[in-house]
Amino acid sequence: MMENFDVAVIGGGVMGCSTALYLSRNRMKTIIIDRGALCREASGVNAGTLTLNMTRASLIPYAIKGWELWNSTEKWLLSSIGTKKVNGLSLAFTEEEEELLSQRVQARQAMGAPIKLISGKEAQEIEPGLNNSVRSAAWCAKDGFTSAYLTGHAFKKALSQENSEVMEYSKVRGIEIVKNNFKIFLENNEDITAKRIVLAGGVWLEEMLSWLNVKIPIKCLINQLIITERMPTVMKTVLSIANGLLSLKQFDNGTILIGGGWQGLGDKERGGVEAIPENLRGNIRLACHAIPELRSGRMVRVWLGLEAETADALPLIGNVPGISNAYVIGSVHSGYTSGPYMGWLLSQFIMGQETDMPLFEPSRLIN
Amino acid sequence: MTKTFPNDIQNVDVVVLGAGPAGVAASKAASQEGAKVIIIDENASAGGQIYRAPPNEFQPHNSFKSPEFQEGEKQRKILSNSNVKTLFNHRVWSISSDLVISTIGANGLGSLHPKSIIIANGALERIIPFPGWTLPGVIGLAASTILLKSQFVIPGQSTVVAGCGPLLIAVAYGIIKSGGKVSAIIDLNGQLDWMKVSPKLLSRPDQLLKGMNWFATIKKAGVKQYNRYTVTNARQVGNMLRVSIAPINSKGLILGSKKQTFVEGECLTIGHGLFPSTEITRLLNAKHIYDTLKGGWVPVIDNYFRSSIPGVYIAGDATGISGAFSAVQKGRIAGITAVRDLNMMSQQNFEAKVKSERNMLKKNENFGKAAVSLMSLKPELINIITSETIVCRCEDVSRSEIDEAISSGARDMNQLKAWTRCGMGPCQGRTCSDAIEAILASKLGSRELAGQWTGRTPLRPMPIDEIIGEYSYDDIPIPEAAPL
Repeated sequence: MMENFDVAVIGGGVMGCSTALYLSRNRMKTIIIDRGALCREASGVNAGTLTLNMTRASLIPYAIKGWELWNSTEKWLLSSIGTKKVNGLSLAFTEEEEELLSQRVQARQAMGAPIKLISGKEAQEIEPGLNNSVRSAAWCAKDGFTSAYLTGHAFKKALSQENSEVMEYSKVRGIEIVKNNFKIFLENNEDITAKRIVLAGGVWLEEMLSWLNVKIPIKCLINQLIITERMPTVMKTVLSIANGLLSLKQFDNGTILIGGGWQGLGDKERGGVEAIPENLRGNIRLACHAIPELRSGRMVRVWLGLEAETADALPLIGNVPGISNAYVIGSVHSGYTSGPYMGWLLSQFIMGQETDMPLFEPSRLIN
Repeated sequence: MTKTFPNDIQNVDVVVLGAGPAGVAASKAASQEGAKVIIIDENASAGGQIYRAPPNEFQPHNSFKSPEFQEGEKQRKILSNSNVKTLFNHRVWSISSDLVISTIGANGLGSLHPKSIIIANGALERIIPFPGWTLPGVIGLAASTILLKSQFVIPGQSTVVAGCGPLLIAVAYGIIKSGGKVSAIIDLNGQLDWMKVSPKLLSRPDQLLKGMNWFATIKKAGVKQYNRYTVTNARQVGNMLRVSIAPINSKGLILGSKKQTFVEGECLTIGHGLFPSTEITRLLNAKHIYDTLKGGWVPVIDNYFRSSIPGVYIAGDATGISGAFSAVQKGRIAGITAVRDLNMMSQQNFEAKVKSERNMLKKNENFGKAAVSLMSLKPELINIITSETIVCRCEDVSRSEIDEAISSGARDMNQLKAWTRCGMGPCQGRTCSDAIEAILASKLGSRELAGQWTGRTPLRPMPIDEIIGEYSYDDIPIPEAAPL
């Protein structure tokens, strides 16, 4: 048996890692446990987009804070993960899309997003690579991206500097409450005891909550991501379209990442199983419609990332209903962007402080 | 059911991937039992790497008409006289779990819906990087065989031939026979290592004789041979490559500096053995095991070449390196098993045919395995990868970056890839995977712990222009809007 921890975080994605990081900076003895390596699921394989154009309107204030954190990783994460600040544009090519775009812009402006509706011509000045047929666009200067695949490396380094225990490749099979402590059973038959637990398992939160006999259904989306080989500069912004189903950017190394939530095949049990060729073509056609020069490149790799969604599509951050000292964090739409801020808020809550912004009470999802 | 593309082929029993010796044998065997068979290859005609066909408009000079060329012509004829449908100049870029194969060819995207798939995609060449391996004029032994067999050119005016196994001798012989000059042969193995395997080579006396003829020709040409030597460095000096070499022990460890020297050639052709190609079986999430005697990671198969995925069979070097002769029997057994599993032939007929292949398979496999033992990676050889050496040449990732990622906690191949970008470039990891696995395994203790890179679509880089084709904005099936 391992020594007693103040907090055990199960699930080593951005939210689990940042919660653990802030708690250990507050002198709590923490351990983070993951069945694989840190940030190798959604937190490491997402498109790295830090955009307000695609964030759910009600999460805008959180996403702005998250965006600021990703733009200052040297300060709190103590290393760079290639964050780049660029202009973001959400595009409308048809009349219907223009209408949709203007609704979405208004909703986001109302929540404090610095987004402005501009003409197609103005959009082309910001992004010369754009298709001429763009009618209007939503422009946001607070946009950009990271190289998401570097996230785990940075957190691992930061956590070990704080003497937070990192336990990778260790699968948890269950939790028991013993004398006000949580006993966490691992598949290798070891166990860990902690005063508090944080469940941060992304799409696998439903199963984790069931360890504590709490039932909250969580839907699993299988997002396809496409990367090209290095190509000459063809764009310099982060692009999406009015309905949110495109994310497109070019990294400094010349590769272009095409995403936007087009679906592949898979499920929680098997993870991402395979890409759907027809959906790859649709996604790439859409990307080439936005940036015509993209057609001269080559697609070099496709992968899948799993995204969690609750019944009301809002996050799950706070107490595990009915169980004191057990917490849950996850199911945040565009969760990579706001992830580290969500971790900060939960750490405040666990420390017994007043949180800077409201949490997302999980009990609302229990009938 | 997976959606399809315009060039859609529904009515087919067996699709064979790869038209080398294993694929040709498999497709012919399955077709002879009455199955509707299609064979696909990205090349313009059958032959694979060993019997690689020249482009149609090329006529080889007599000195290039090797026995391999003749055998290839024979196989191409057999295939064109069979009922097997061929789909050449087509690339397979994805295969779904319901066995829908996505292709790309001159007419754009296509798909096939077979009942069974036989994977016969052969092997890849291992090259352990060393300072200078990315210089122009340094090419693989397999690349040299392409030049010799398909393009009828020699690699350079003078060539240093380095590496191990039968390919080393075949390339040196091929260059001499085609009128070129071999400056030196740098062989990782000693004469004793060759002697040790020769009894096993007796299982194919004809081939042993052929090999002896190669050695005799090389000797007659007066080529200097360095046995149990490795290349440690290549530098460009004027028009020539100066290739530093050093003696090694049986494990590949470099011995003292006294005997270190250098040789020169306009070109250096080098290869450190072959390993089975697993990109398709990894994509399909088939089970794999690591087996040094088979050349590396291999998909798990049963005695009839069935993989762990129902309906998917594997033949040839993709099941473990054992050469072109055994590939034929492996292909035939896989081909008839696929047909038997579709209930298209009687059990009696099936058993009789499998039995008649097994004896020959054993003989040929023994021959092939002897050759493989000369090609297996010597564990200490990775020491020739100095810290400044670029290991992943697509993404310019050096040995020191890989070592640093490992020491800061990368514990599997996928994590190593994420932290350094190794394997993310256009070769999709085919060039560097084996060397990087070897480095990681040396730190972790085993290849099993290091693991393999997850298989990904597309199996080859795909020109975006060809993926998208002609379309209008209204044709794009854009999903419903995300929540507000």
